[in-house]
Amino acid sequence: MQTVAAYFRVFATFARNSLVRDMTFRANFLIDSVTSMAWMFLNLAFYLLVFRFTNSIGENTGWQEYQFFIFFATSLLINSLVQSFFMTNVDELTDLIRTGGLDFILLKPIDAQFLVSLRRVEWSSLSNFFLGLVLLGYALLRLAYVPSPIQVVLYVVYLACGVAIYYSLMVALASATVWMGRNLTLYDFWFYITTFSRYPMEIYEGPIGRPLRRFFTFIIPVLVVVNVPARMLVWPLQAKYSPLAAFTLFATAASLAASRWLFQLALASYRSASS
Amino acid sequence: MLYFTILRISIAERLVYRVDFALGTLMRFLPIVSQIFLWDAIFKGMGSGHNEIVGYNYNELIAYYLLAMVGRAFSSMPGLASSIARDIREGTIKKYLLQPVDMLGFALMNRLAHKLVYYGVAVGPFALVFWLCRGFFNGWPDAVTLLAFVASLLMSFLLGFFLEATLGMIGFWFLEVSSLLFVYMLMNFFFSGHMFPLDMMPGYWPLVMKIIPLQYLAYFPAAVFLHKVIGWDLVLGLAAEAFWIVFFYATARTMFHYGVRRYSAFGG
Repeated sequence: MQTVAAYFRVFATFARNSLVRDMTFRANFLIDSVTSMAWMFLNLAFYLLVFRFTNSIGENTGWQEYQFFIFFATSLLINSLVQSFFMTNVDELTDLIRTGGLDFILLKPIDAQFLVSLRRVEWSSLSNFFLGLVLLGYALLRLAYVPSPIQVVLYVVYLACGVAIYYSLMVALASATVWMGRNLTLYDFWFYITTFSRYPMEIYEGPIGRPLRRFFTFIIPVLVVVNVPARMLVWPLQAKYSPLAAFTLFATAASLAASRWLFQLALASYRSASS
Repeated sequence: MLYFTILRISIAERLVYRVDFALGTLMRFLPIVSQIFLWDAIFKGMGSGHNEIVGYNYNELIAYYLLAMVGRAFSSMPGLASSIARDIREGTIKKYLLQPVDMLGFALMNRLAHKLVYYGVAVGPFALVFWLCRGFFNGWPDAVTLLAFVASLLMSFLLGFFLEATLGMIGFWFLEVSSLLFVYMLMNFFFSGHMFPLDMMPGYWPLVMKIIPLQYLAYFPAAVFLHKVIGWDLVLGLAAEAFWIVFFYATARTMFHYGVRRYSAFGG
């Protein structure tokens, strides 16, 4: 328990330092916030356009305009959390290995993965988190639908699962780049894999779609990241979703364990470049 | 001769990373996969009796996305404007003032080499993807359409180049242009038709989007191929594209001319 408290204190210091840094260059912070929101507005504009032509995404799937906006808002919440807390840190891992800067992390009396993952908080990326909340509230209001307390609790739990799965995937990709010695950056990889989780899983139908859906559910579980929490909130709880919900808990634990293992493996093959 | 040498050296430089190129190009098509399924779901959601969105049926829409990627392969100039602005800021632009080589000409040859190598390597992945997706196409278009398509692609390369060069020249007046370039990139992404066919916009928007030059970077070539722009519209469109190339060429030249007068080199 004491170590948990200690780790939390260390994290709080990181968060405070990052905020102080951000506030030193305020104009820059503002520009960063606006730019990350701009992407979101472009996507929103695209979806608004799409729903001028169609009633729902897929036939009888229930993903009508406002239901889909809840899906999109959920995706915003998860992505902004991942970007604020983990993205820049994990992205630096390859640099740390190349320059030998990892030495300084390994020497410190603290878990290396913790230090690598949470050194900096990108506060400006949280702007999309608030936009996500606003969009979520607006969509629920338009649907005139009030989720039950248990739904809200499950939503938050599965939101955390989604963040954990994305985080694991990111650590796994970064660890893999240690061996591959690539030109493709983590961001590229990340972008191409997560494009599959951007839309409701029902769209993957047919002889090619179904295997694709299974692959991105059971092998690389990016499809459950947004789909499961969104489902918890949009419709009253249904028994048919419980296997998927149970699987998501398992997938979260498995992803975290796998990424931990890959990270340790990458560390084991690390030879300092500094000396 | 001079520019041919520049072209040759740049090509050799680019060929070093050919495997990364080919893999990277193939990866670039991955988002298309989820787009194919998304649009399938969108068309199914429209209910029976509707199978067209602003004149595009499902197959044409997917073909549009694939063709828009071809357009982008010609018109996108990653890092051109920012590298010009950096040369100005850091003073390295003086090498063009001292040496008997024209800066725009040098950059154009450099880009041309980049693109030629890119097509040389990317033609494999592109051919593979188009072959896999051949079901979305209604055969080859007629010779005139094909000719217009090729012309619009070649011009989109020139337009993309001179448009970005013009933006880079702003660096003579403002030292930091990265925010401006980001806004341009967003605009480009949306208004070039990379995200969706521009005809989908409501009200007067399609008209506005067809007046500004960004549509030639992705939408126009794709629409030409799909026979959405025909007859006089096609002739006028190609003429307007040529006009924009001349316009941005002249603007970039003029800005360079006045820019170097303002420019003061610091340091050694």
